[in-house]
Amino acid sequence: MTARATGERTLRGRVAVIGIGETNYYRHGASPDPEFKLALKAILAACNDAGLDPREIDGFSSYSDDRSDAARLAAALGIRRLSTTTMQWGGGGGGCCAAVANAAASIVAGLADCVVVFRSLAQGQYGRFGQAGGIGTISGERAYLMPYGVLAPPQRFAMRVRRYMHEHGVRQEAMQAIALASYHHAQSNPRAVMFGKPLDPEKYNASRWIAEPFHLFDCCMENDGAAAIILVPEERAGDFRNKPAYVLGAATGAGYRSGAMPHNSPQYASASFETLAPALYRMAGISPADVDVVQSYENFTGGVVMALAEHGFFKPEEANDFLVLDNLIAPSGRLPLNTSGGNLAECYMHGFELVIEAVRQIRGQSVNQVKRNDVAMVIGGPMVTPASNLLLGSGATL
Amino acid sequence: MSDTPRAAYLPEGLPSPVPENDGLSAPYWAGLQQNRLLVQRCPHCTTWQFGPEWLCHHCHSFDVEWTEVEPRGRIFSWERIWSPSHDALRGRGPYLAVLVELPHAGHVRMVGNLLGDPLQTITIGTDVEGVFEHHHDAVPRYSLLHWQAAG
Repeated sequence: MTARATGERTLRGRVAVIGIGETNYYRHGASPDPEFKLALKAILAACNDAGLDPREIDGFSSYSDDRSDAARLAAALGIRRLSTTTMQWGGGGGGCCAAVANAAASIVAGLADCVVVFRSLAQGQYGRFGQAGGIGTISGERAYLMPYGVLAPPQRFAMRVRRYMHEHGVRQEAMQAIALASYHHAQSNPRAVMFGKPLDPEKYNASRWIAEPFHLFDCCMENDGAAAIILVPEERAGDFRNKPAYVLGAATGAGYRSGAMPHNSPQYASASFETLAPALYRMAGISPADVDVVQSYENFTGGVVMALAEHGFFKPEEANDFLVLDNLIAPSGRLPLNTSGGNLAECYMHGFELVIEAVRQIRGQSVNQVKRNDVAMVIGGPMVTPASNLLLGSGATL
Repeated sequence: MSDTPRAAYLPEGLPSPVPENDGLSAPYWAGLQQNRLLVQRCPHCTTWQFGPEWLCHHCHSFDVEWTEVEPRGRIFSWERIWSPSHDALRGRGPYLAVLVELPHAGHVRMVGNLLGDPLQTITIGTDVEGVFEHHHDAVPRYSLLHWQAAG
């Protein structure tokens, strides 16, 4: 049963993902298409997957200041009526689940009927994320960091992870296991940018340091591509080609003064899910033991360690024992993780490829399909503010 | 604390820090140029605050005052950076960044470089003292605050 009749304020069971679409994924700067064209291709692929006339779309939702503007998309696609256009505040992948939640909320509130959630990226056209240059002066948070050579994302997050390792005795091998799991899964995924490029512990250990404690393989790739999903109200979920994946819960934000800059968050050694994880489980009405498969955003492996612990899969002090490759791989590890290869090895689509993989797992269509597949979790943007998370479920969970 | 002229820790060419155009952090940056470390403190509820904001996050008073504090603290976390991400840093690695907490100023934290051997062993909790680094020739001129093991 859905919660619809109770009047409870929830997304649980009220909205379904009925279409998923992706472009080819490319190394950064290698897309033959410009960014806006990638967005269009992904959206049309999602419509085709669903068996939906694209003109029925009436809303757009995205994050990280996506440059593919909703008004232009609506005009380009010739949609008949534009209802909702939501952009999640915050940079990077912290919004990848929040964008889904915002779209779902629009539908539950009656503001829209058929919303596309998407991310599009062409770094050849717009420049890379990891590099900083050509700036004469700097103010705000970055003024306290950049003059000290703390510029790129790995440099901005390494000290958070180092502190977490110090407080909880987490070893490098725990982060290594997360990298190995992503690469392991990518070897079965022809879409993955790192398909055909396996990783083993020796190669991980021999890889260069980017910023200690991050080796090269602890850091996400940078890629070009686009990905999209389509959401409709629960009552329409059965009208389309594929098995629906229902939103069971979502949460977005962070805890007390999490955004205090520079590096002054009270809960510094944290992935920012102290308030979000309980909120997610509360809305979905489930516990960590009910989760069958997890897609957890790897900007850096250390953030995944924190995020999984904060979602209750193990205590921080148990990270070294829990985070070993056998536990993290499909089909039957204790907690199959990043089963498409994720940000490290499939494509860094700012986590939206993770949302799509969660839908595939619920449908039973993953190239690394887990055996139990009724509940799939996505965790977006560890260590940033706001962060977000999402639980999807099969019809059997409602 | 020392203020002897010395080569800058990192090469010139990184962006110069300047206050926001609303001036919020101007006293902080001006203080560094005078070998003074200023941190916001609320005179009403004694809450310390860094980075600066227009009001006290605890009692919401707008009367937050810039208060001079001794530039000393202890290492809260650290990183050794090997991969350059700015043209000015090509070939300059590794180097060390530290996050230093100031127990005598409400445990506020600030990022700086740790002077000395870039391959030195670093222990979280180590006491450090501040070293002002002046970029008088930069346009606009500015100063930074680095750290070294307390003598």
